[in-house]
Amino acid sequence: MASYSTNEFRGGLKIMLDGDPCSIIENEFVKPGKGQAFNRVRIRNLKTGRVLEKTFKSGDTVEAADVMEVTMQYLYDDGEFYHFMEPDSYEQHAADQSAIGDSKIWLKAQDMYEVTLHNGTPLAVAPPNFLELTITETDPGLKGDTAQGGTKPAKLESGAVVKVPLFLEIGEVIRVDTRSGEYISRVK
Amino acid sequence: MEVDTALLGKATGTDIHIQSVEARVNGQPAYLQTSPEFSMKRLLAAGSGSIYQICHAFRDEELGRYHRAEFSLLEWYSVGLDYQGLMDEVEALICHLSERTVVVQRLSYNQCFQNALGINPGRVKIDELRQKVAHEIRGVDVQNLEFDDCLDLLISQVVAPGFEGFTFIYDYPASQAALARLKPGSPALAERFELFHNALELANGFSELIDAKEQRSRFAADNALRRQRGLCEYPLDEAFLEALASPGMPECAGVALGLDRLLMVLQGFDHIGQVSLQ
Repeated sequence: MASYSTNEFRGGLKIMLDGDPCSIIENEFVKPGKGQAFNRVRIRNLKTGRVLEKTFKSGDTVEAADVMEVTMQYLYDDGEFYHFMEPDSYEQHAADQSAIGDSKIWLKAQDMYEVTLHNGTPLAVAPPNFLELTITETDPGLKGDTAQGGTKPAKLESGAVVKVPLFLEIGEVIRVDTRSGEYISRVK
Repeated sequence: MEVDTALLGKATGTDIHIQSVEARVNGQPAYLQTSPEFSMKRLLAAGSGSIYQICHAFRDEELGRYHRAEFSLLEWYSVGLDYQGLMDEVEALICHLSERTVVVQRLSYNQCFQNALGINPGRVKIDELRQKVAHEIRGVDVQNLEFDDCLDLLISQVVAPGFEGFTFIYDYPASQAALARLKPGSPALAERFELFHNALELANGFSELIDAKEQRSRFAADNALRRQRGLCEYPLDEAFLEALASPGMPECAGVALGLDRLLMVLQGFDHIGQVSLQ
């Protein structure tokens, strides 16, 4: 089993902690001049998304997690699983509900997503920061109100509901920031 | 007097918490010095009188916001002074470099723990100490920590972050002072001090141990502990031990001041990479 010493700790390193794969966010080396050294580490549990703090004695070793991030194309869902494909090998992977999590409302067939694989199984799916999506439901647009503020909810083809300016109509394509769920611009 | 000693040696310090960078000379192991201490003490034994030097020092397995494998030290020894007198000299230097009068607070090691945590490191039992660590610091396996490990973690993460400005901490536990003289009448304490600026350690100094036999047995104890912990053992610096035995070293106090960190503090930087190109 591969393992890492605290000397190899750095942001992004994937380790196993209490049975869950985790990613190191931040590693701080702490050492009194003549004393024991420690690594104080902030870690994200890749399964739950929770961030926790851990303090290791320097020199300790931890098990490496077999975790990879692969960009894949979203294909379809079968009601239970969401299917993704690696563009180079055409290899398909099925992600379950817990792996999809909050990304569910940003899924659009053919678009590319960051899929985190643990021992070859999808653990998490992240949408790109920006997506272009078609409005499928919204109240009729108000002409001549392009400059004033004012927004209305609009449902997008992926299922997400975002606030958009009043002049937008069903069928128009908009650019959204998936991190904040905010409308960025209209795509012509 | 300014001196200049070798950076490469056949022997090195045995401290279990300080790892030497190993080199090879004619196929034999040699070590980049973790501080110029042993060489400077040989000069003291040879009758140099008070001496100082600015040099680079090397330590393996230390990399971080405040640590580099190679760093600069100002190290000096004042003959006839003890650690209290040496603290006065360090304070005068800090005032000179700051170009203003700086009051350096002085707190004993036990007192700063008492103030911050309500415990006395001289009396506390290991179980209570581990509970303190578990309470103060998240995500640490305390059963894995020895007594001094707990103190090291607490001083760097809980006690020192409460320091404001320049602070001396003195009278360290004897277990944390491999080359210092023990305090007469209080053998559990060593005549050692450290200078901090806020939570950052800048200097480490002490009344020097001049007893050759005692020094040899402390080195041997370090190596025994190294063996036990699966660390490599280091050859003892016999030339230093011989000089300490005869002609012997005068009563003196010595201090090592980290120059990169001092520069950080004086210039207001918060990362050693901002003052050191590596």
